[in-house]
Amino acid sequence: MAQMTMIQAITDAMRTELKNDENVLVFGEDVGKNGGVFRATEGLQKEFGEERVFDTPLAESGIGGLAIGLSLTGWRPVMEIQFFGFLFEVMDSVSGQAARQSFRTAGKRNAPITIRSPFGGGVATPEMHADSLEGLVAAQPGIKVVIPSTPYDAKGLLISAIQDENPVVFLEHMKLYRSFRQEVPEEEYTIPLGKADIKREGTDVTIIAYGAMVQESLKAAEALEKEGHSAEVIDLRTIQPLDVETIIASVEKTNRAIVVQEAQRQAGIAANVVAEIMERAVLSLEAPVLRVTAPDTVYPYAQGENTWLPNAADITETAKKVLNF
Amino acid sequence: MAAKKNTQFDPVNTLHEIEEKFEMFQILNEDGKIVNEEADPKMSDEELTELMERMVYTRILDQRSIALNRQGRLGFYAPTAGQEASQLASHYALEKDDFILPGYRDVPQLIFHGLPLHMAFLWSRGHYLGSDLADDLNIFPPQIIIGAQYVQAAGIALGLQKRGKKSVVMTYTGDGGTSQGDFYEGINFAGAYRSPAIFVVQNNQYAISTPRSVQTAAKTLAQKGLAAGIPSILVDGMDPLAVYAATKDARERAVNGEGPTLIETMCYRYGPHTMAGDDPTRYRTSDIDSEWEKKDPIVRFRTYLEGKKLWSEEQENAVIERAKQEIKDAIKQADQAPKQKVTDFLKIMYKGDMPYNVQEQFDIYTEKESK
Repeated sequence: MAQMTMIQAITDAMRTELKNDENVLVFGEDVGKNGGVFRATEGLQKEFGEERVFDTPLAESGIGGLAIGLSLTGWRPVMEIQFFGFLFEVMDSVSGQAARQSFRTAGKRNAPITIRSPFGGGVATPEMHADSLEGLVAAQPGIKVVIPSTPYDAKGLLISAIQDENPVVFLEHMKLYRSFRQEVPEEEYTIPLGKADIKREGTDVTIIAYGAMVQESLKAAEALEKEGHSAEVIDLRTIQPLDVETIIASVEKTNRAIVVQEAQRQAGIAANVVAEIMERAVLSLEAPVLRVTAPDTVYPYAQGENTWLPNAADITETAKKVLNF
Repeated sequence: MAAKKNTQFDPVNTLHEIEEKFEMFQILNEDGKIVNEEADPKMSDEELTELMERMVYTRILDQRSIALNRQGRLGFYAPTAGQEASQLASHYALEKDDFILPGYRDVPQLIFHGLPLHMAFLWSRGHYLGSDLADDLNIFPPQIIIGAQYVQAAGIALGLQKRGKKSVVMTYTGDGGTSQGDFYEGINFAGAYRSPAIFVVQNNQYAISTPRSVQTAAKTLAQKGLAAGIPSILVDGMDPLAVYAATKDARERAVNGEGPTLIETMCYRYGPHTMAGDDPTRYRTSDIDSEWEKKDPIVRFRTYLEGKKLWSEEQENAVIERAKQEIKDAIKQADQAPKQKVTDFLKIMYKGDMPYNVQEQFDIYTEKESK
């Protein structure tokens, strides 16, 4: 075991898979010699060579096409989009092509592509760096979408993503890259995609979150405990497909739930979670399922982040609304 | 005040000088005569007749496909008549191991690469079994998103290069497609990695109703290769020998590690853009049509082969009869394909275990379909 930040755990996952499977290729803008703009691929080119870890021209759409073509010749591409706000440049390759590769070849060609990309607010990035666009890709049949919130989850989930035979979008929250360390096993281990994790057990209200909102929800749970409320915090980890079983079991136990996301209310995936609960557990509910989200504006100017991004106080407040309904 | 003439650098002159260099490469003229002996690819008699057979077959396939489409026995269809040299002579330069990433008009190349005809018809109708590709068939279904095949070709080329394979990928787009970002990114990526790709631009003069001149001020589309720093060539796309020679040359350089090539084939589609209601008389005059009909690749190749005593009316009729029979059989075979079920679609969404939502819906539709 070693103490790792999330970014170290991510590097470690890629190193592990580059070692395990000679078909794994890591590429993107500045991921080679430079080791990535966040050092996520630090040392990998040196260890595995330019044939396995390499830079690309600056063109996201081209990178997506490169991954698709490489997958059609038996490679297992791990491509990076430098910031997920640049998704729009490569939306066709991701949603229009890779996601549909199995379907449009009657299941005869698959696309074992992992698309790594940083996103998320709270670090005062310039425009189009921090936007939460997971809702866009989660809406596309054929893709799985993974968002880890801890170093341990990041490594196990990324290894699973790389080993998956289908395209997986793996979104890395920038604020979580180095915000804390955690014990992470040095050997290979996997965490199944599509499995949520109960980060804190509770009995009065279920708080369902993902990404940076998991840490905020845990803070809110502590605040609620001081007021005598026991909150259960579920970290979705995979937002497409959802772990409906874990969500429903928790709601049936607590009878109350809120869904927390950093994305705007009209975006993200919170509405999906609410709908699943309504369809499957409405008779267990003592109160409506409420959402904690950002306002429906464009992602804020950097200096406006603090007032715009949802945080632990917003979560506590919404949880209390549900508890006192 | 007139702009001051820069004596060091004259951008207008530079442009003209570059453009003048892209002369049209031709071997067989409209009268079926060799006009460029030096460049003659010297195909064997068998190769020459086989290529002619494929071109005639494809012309019949086009005629029959249009008729079958009108009868409602085919769905989406993009006519190919006029482009036989561009499509089939370029494909003829490939080997079985080479990959093809076609656009939506490039079904003939797939058929001669090994896609069974009835599957091409199923693809036209919109049936998943039309894309049920054999494992060793190095093709991808026709690409509907114009330009996407170009960036993907760059990926296949890199994949082949990394495997040390002596094979290439060839991809096709039209004149309109050269305006896409993916067109440029594709040729630029392949250039940067010097990977074995052949990019073909079939300049059939119109993108639906938009003439080539509206796409770009560039005098040729071939010169767009300059932006990627890759070799490019403008070819008479109605001349099978020139198309074959240019592709063969590009393939050779690609497998020798010399990188990609861009080939513009100057050609024409005699029919509409697709059979989905496009009416070429709205944007094309009969003068232009008849001017291009004089350049018909089949006519000039026939004259050439007849001169060499390699082709006769009997031979041509035999190909026509064979084509008609095979088309009839293939349509029958396509008719026998089972009706598509939602469970079929759910099954081919993911490799491996179904995600919970797909599994749940699979169970629901299995129940529905059993009733």
